[in-house]
Amino acid sequence: MGKDIVNVLFAGLGGQGIIRASDMLTEAAFRLGYDVKKSELHGMSQRGGSVSSDVRFGKKVWSPMIPWGEADYLVAVSEDQEAVCRPFLAPDAVILRPSMLDPKDAASRMLNIAMLGLLNRYLKFEDGLWETLIRENFKGEVAEANVQAYHRGTLVKI
Amino acid sequence: MEERKILSGDEAVAYGARACGVSLGCGYPGTPSTEILETLAAIGGRAEWSPNEKVALEVGAGAAIGGGRAIVTMKHVGLNVAADPLFTLTYMGVNGGLVIVSADDPGMASSQNEQDNRNYAKFARLPMLEPSDSQECYDLAIRAFEISEQFKMPVLFRMTTRVCHSRGPVTLSRKTEERRIGHYVRDVATKVMIPAFAKKATVRLTKTMHDLADFNENENSLRAVYGNASSETGIITSGAAFQHVMEAAPDARILKLSMTWPLPMDAIRSFAKSVKRILTVEEGSTFLEEACLTAGIPVERRDEVFGFGELNAGRVKKLLAGDVSADPAGAPGRPPALCPGCPHRKTFQVLHDLGLTVSGDIGCYTLGVLPPYEAIDCSICMGASIGAGLGLRKVLPESEARKVVSVIGDSTFLHSGLTGIAEMVYNKPETGHVVIILDNSTTAMTGLQEHAATGYHLDGSPSPAIRLEEICRAMGADHVDVIDQGDEEAFRTLLESRLAANDASVIIARRPCILQMKKMAKRAGKKV
Repeated sequence: MGKDIVNVLFAGLGGQGIIRASDMLTEAAFRLGYDVKKSELHGMSQRGGSVSSDVRFGKKVWSPMIPWGEADYLVAVSEDQEAVCRPFLAPDAVILRPSMLDPKDAASRMLNIAMLGLLNRYLKFEDGLWETLIRENFKGEVAEANVQAYHRGTLVKI
Repeated sequence: MEERKILSGDEAVAYGARACGVSLGCGYPGTPSTEILETLAAIGGRAEWSPNEKVALEVGAGAAIGGGRAIVTMKHVGLNVAADPLFTLTYMGVNGGLVIVSADDPGMASSQNEQDNRNYAKFARLPMLEPSDSQECYDLAIRAFEISEQFKMPVLFRMTTRVCHSRGPVTLSRKTEERRIGHYVRDVATKVMIPAFAKKATVRLTKTMHDLADFNENENSLRAVYGNASSETGIITSGAAFQHVMEAAPDARILKLSMTWPLPMDAIRSFAKSVKRILTVEEGSTFLEEACLTAGIPVERRDEVFGFGELNAGRVKKLLAGDVSADPAGAPGRPPALCPGCPHRKTFQVLHDLGLTVSGDIGCYTLGVLPPYEAIDCSICMGASIGAGLGLRKVLPESEARKVVSVIGDSTFLHSGLTGIAEMVYNKPETGHVVIILDNSTTAMTGLQEHAATGYHLDGSPSPAIRLEEICRAMGADHVDVIDQGDEEAFRTLLESRLAANDASVIIARRPCILQMKKMAKRAGKKV
């Protein structure tokens, strides 16, 4: 991560946990001492429409929106959203797709968290930080299942 | 020690208001403003959903006249509803701090228009603050209460979708005050706007606005200059646009304004003189540009293509370069739809099958316009379904008039549907009319907020529940039927018989929103 600002674009459909996953990345970057901003459009997202969320972190972040052509990572929680996000992707953007995961995770409600594990192959934040955040966001057995899903995401070959 | 946390703009406003010991928060749900009051309640403030924005502002006005501190929140179109009290409240002024939040939606992420409510500050004459990120939402909310009390004026707090719904670190610098208790002081000359008093008040208001302009000129903390001091290009900006400008043109000289009405014209003039090229970058209307041109500051005129939609860093670069080519576009996203299992689906199927002309309203059910139902013919603003339906009935030939129905949600009905029923009963069309209240027992579209008929307050405590059928009967509707939205056949039969009569009919098609049912189950579980 040699750049001044890292831009991560999350995209999916209402109900897939896009907002939750992007909130968790925002919090993780914040706890690591980065300046961070996050932007989302979710007015009608509960109704199954497209949802996207921009997370930007680094030394100093101004606009909360990723400029055209500058997303370093696309976390395409729904793969059909890739084409929607195309104008925002950097030429060398890394695109992360559910099909890269264990099919069981790709079909599960924990897909968003497994995708965070996959993303962390690149971001290389401490696993312990993610575990803490997962346990703050979920309770009991659900939290532990999500921790496992996160770890399976980190084991994907890239 | 100062606490620092990640907050959305909406949340940060609530924290700022709470820190000021705000006595009361009230408003009507509307994206992107809704989370302000929900957060205020969650962090120990008193917050209430009012039936509509006009009532909310009147309650806030009363609280502030009584020496309390109040924050009133709404989306941009809500301020149209609240405009009547606003335009006289500025004549009267306030005793306690009153902050009116207008959350504008440039780009219309979830709105029917993209009106720029900065113009209300100029039109109604009141000071306006514009935060550009979450930290400023917190800091300026506190400043807003200070300015309101210093000048005894309501303050317009203008936010936009990207400010409301973006998140970032916020330092909570201020110790939370005790909740403010009011103290009433009678002062009829400023609080009773009969013409004799109002004529004096408008002169007083003119002077207050001059005082506020002087204050803004002298208050260096309400503006800042960024960028390259030797640059020949100067940009005047505010709000979310400022953040995009810093990204797009860090080498320009940038004047960022936090208080954008009344404007510090001398400060702007001297900034403009320090550069060769001067322009404004603003979202929405040419509010700053026009003010500068009126004051003889030769800012460049913006191409009107930048007057639509949101700005972003890329569009700001294009604006600066005079590039009016089309923006890059990806594939269209998936549009929202009525949820699977939504009770409105069966109702819209019937309206579609009967080939009716449907005067619609504002809520989830506006999505009934989309395939497969395509069963909304017009939708203007909150409550308009009934009046517009009646207007259609009054001009169409009988065979067409008889096909017109109005559909309105339960929360929208309480917001501004009651007067529509009065109109239907009083000026009944020759063919009568049919109003269908789609009662899903919540304010669904904005995220399941309570209202006066749900039986709960904003904070989840029980409340009296207004019964919609009793209101309609009391107002003199010829027929008021309550029917389960799940029973498609019974609804079809009933609707056909009401359409055939020349009566003023109300059908309340009731069944809780499926998302609301989860919330209700959770609530029931908690009680056990």
